[in-house]
Amino acid sequence: MVTGAELSREAVLRILEDVKDPEVPVVGVVELGIVRDVAVDGGRVTVTVTPTYSGCPAMREIESDIRETLAAHGIPDVAIRTVYAPAWTTDWIGAGAREKLRRFGIAPPGPAEAGGLITLVRRRTSVACPYCGSHDTALRSEFGSTACKAVHFCNACRQPFDEFKAF
Amino acid sequence: MTTIPVAGAREAAIERPLFEALLRLADDRLVLGHRVSEWCGHGPILEEDIALSNIALDLIGQGSALLRLAGEAEGRGRDEDALAYFRDETGFRNALLVEQPNGDFASTIARQFLFDAYSVLAWDQVQASTHQHLAGIAAKALKEDKYHWRHSSDWMLRLGDGTAESHARAQRALDELWRFTGELFEGDAVDAAARGGGVPLDPPALEARWRSMVVDVLERATLRVPADGPSTRGGRKGRHTEALGHMLSEMQIVARSHPGATW
Repeated sequence: MVTGAELSREAVLRILEDVKDPEVPVVGVVELGIVRDVAVDGGRVTVTVTPTYSGCPAMREIESDIRETLAAHGIPDVAIRTVYAPAWTTDWIGAGAREKLRRFGIAPPGPAEAGGLITLVRRRTSVACPYCGSHDTALRSEFGSTACKAVHFCNACRQPFDEFKAF
Repeated sequence: MTTIPVAGAREAAIERPLFEALLRLADDRLVLGHRVSEWCGHGPILEEDIALSNIALDLIGQGSALLRLAGEAEGRGRDEDALAYFRDETGFRNALLVEQPNGDFASTIARQFLFDAYSVLAWDQVQASTHQHLAGIAAKALKEDKYHWRHSSDWMLRLGDGTAESHARAQRALDELWRFTGELFEGDAVDAAARGGGVPLDPPALEARWRSMVVDVLERATLRVPADGPSTRGGRKGRHTEALGHMLSEMQIVARSHPGATW
């Protein structure tokens, strides 16, 4: 339990580190960059979040997970603010989270594309297999089981795998 | 008891240009997203079923965020659900292209291809909006639509430069849909007024670039660029083809049968 006296921005952020992405449960919403900021005003906590993809169905789930987690730590007065700018990018995902993704079997994202409208050819042609490390892999589809993933196949270990796609 | 506003008398759009301009952006995505979602569970292969469902989700998400903004701009208490489910056909401001029925797979892809090229160019302009919330939606949507554009372009290449059957279907789809593309690039007093209000979209300025993007892919796909004939228009002013009413009846029936329902 956190009492009013110890309620700080840092303490709240530490608690929120336990809130995982419901669709990628090995990484947290803080390290993914979905939680943008926390403000504490007396007993009231405002958590600023940004959606990953416009239609991401996990956003409501994430908001309710944030509320439940904070309530379980004795913080019931929570406001959630959604911001769209700056737009979320996979470049905000830290090195630790990238390694967790890889161990979970999801190839971490390459650098997000900046500018340029006409990209008929995918810039990142070969993605390392998260299982065996081989670069002998092929893109199967840029649209996977969730909005944030693409599907690849590893020719070396004959295993399909997800990539957290650069965005 | 909530009062559900339905389409009222037609008002001069120019009196509320920001609302109108946001509806145009929103309705293009909501209507196309709903159309594409009709493929969910019917895709020709599993990967494509998933891809089309993902694209539909992006578009409906964009439409929802934009309708929320439109409701705020209107200032009459309508949220995104009220605007999506309780407007009649004449209240929709989408271009006619996006309401056209799915047809076969080639037709769905051709419609997406023609729209995606327009959409990435439109977002590129709109992301410079002084309206910070709109600029944020545009920047995100631009990233999403680049994936859509690459997907639809890739399919145009495969269908056009594929078998005789796929080539013929892709060409027929292009020929049928081409007359709806002119509307995307029409400018009017609403756009001009909305540019002053923070929506920096100038449709006529996009056409040359759009054409070069589309022609580049069609040439590689060994498809013929259709001849420009008379353009079919009206969607931006609420005059739609028969297809939209049928689509809306399906999209809106649950919300209208059970207004205010939650689950």
